[in-house]
Amino acid sequence: MEQESRVRILIAKPGLDGHERGARVVAFGLRDEGFEVIYTGLRQTPEQIVRSAIQEDVSVIGLSILSGAHISLSRKVLDGLRENNAGDIMVLVGGIIPDKDIEALKGIGVAEVFTSGSRIKDIAGVIRQHMKSQ
Amino acid sequence: MGRSIKDMIADMRSGDQRSLARMITAVENRTQGWVDIMKAVYPLAGSACVMGITGSPGAGKSTLTNRIAKDLVEAGMKVGIIAVDPSSPFTGGALLGDRLRMRDICTLDHVFIRSMATRGVLGGLCQAARDVTRILDASGKDVVLIETVGVGQDEIEVVRASDFVVLVTFPGQGDGIQVIKAGTMEIADLFVVNKADRDGADELLSEICAMLELSCSVRGEIPGVVKTSCITSEGIDDLMKLIYGFVARKRKEPGPAGEHVREEILDLMEREIFRTVRKSFLNNDALARGIDRIVKGKTDPYSVSFELIQAFLMQDEDISRGGTRHG
Repeated sequence: MEQESRVRILIAKPGLDGHERGARVVAFGLRDEGFEVIYTGLRQTPEQIVRSAIQEDVSVIGLSILSGAHISLSRKVLDGLRENNAGDIMVLVGGIIPDKDIEALKGIGVAEVFTSGSRIKDIAGVIRQHMKSQ
Repeated sequence: MGRSIKDMIADMRSGDQRSLARMITAVENRTQGWVDIMKAVYPLAGSACVMGITGSPGAGKSTLTNRIAKDLVEAGMKVGIIAVDPSSPFTGGALLGDRLRMRDICTLDHVFIRSMATRGVLGGLCQAARDVTRILDASGKDVVLIETVGVGQDEIEVVRASDFVVLVTFPGQGDGIQVIKAGTMEIADLFVVNKADRDGADELLSEICAMLELSCSVRGEIPGVVKTSCITSEGIDDLMKLIYGFVARKRKEPGPAGEHVREEILDLMEREIFRTVRKSFLNNDALARGIDRIVKGKTDPYSVSFELIQAFLMQDEDISRGGTRHG
């Protein structure tokens, strides 16, 4: 079978912070890595993110959060996914995340956390590894 | 796919978005068994009104699509949206951003939005759009809106999958003639002069009207022209009247048009032949020898390709005799 499938990723910014540069950099970077990136822009509610992820049938969601509300927003997205029988979608978080919160995020089900200075190659690596294990 | 096609279709028709989305993925990726999915979906489809929304980049296609979908849902209809954006020819990656302008409708229960990447010119986008449209149709959508890329030949390709075509233009991109060159001019059933709140909208409108008097669409009817603004809502009611007209026409004459079916069969065959040829020549000795001879200056690509085709047809005569082969 000729390989025609592409890994699909949703990049979303939940909450109220208005800085989307980081999300855009990651979206463009992952596109250049050969992924199909669905970019939904600023100020998405967890409900919108869950719906978009399901309709687009993505394998990965990247949440960009700079507001400080990363734990509650991530939890809402993860809960929403599980409620909709979509708990298998991998959730990554990027943004300004204090070190002490990284373990907490992983504890609620976030697969990996990328703070500022992360390399696109590393993010792509985690995604590829995840796809291999599917 | 762990579950049977029958179960997935039943779930999809009962409103389960995940089943619908998964089925679209399987078919879009041409995963093993996609033909069986489409065979099962086909008899359930055919009643939705399919509208292609096309026009140059920045014309406001996504915003207008959002607006149209919202109105249709308020009128009690279920709407599927396919939003196409280009894939990079270099990496195969794509940035699909049409949802940015569709946030009003993205949480409505009766709306299902799916972004699609073009996946290369030879990816058969037209057929992929047809397939996804059909799945949305079978899931119970009354209207399917296909929003095209906004550049290049794909436009005409995609709209071949639709019942009606809406061409979105806007003032300020040079003269009107520039906007509606051959091809797009003939395929439109409805012209929208969008961004009517800007200067030059009236001029563009009259230019389009003047051009339409000189020609007519491939269907032999003079298409409608309407001026809209999503900021001031000017003309949206007029636009919707025309859209509802399309929906009513489709209801009166459901099912596929003969010429569309013909095009589709040819597309499917072309794609299958393309795949078969590519696959069988992937590690082909005769091809490697041919390349070698060309590089050494002994022959040319024209001779080699025709020799290979001859040899290919000889060994695979059963295809033309009606044998079935699915990759």
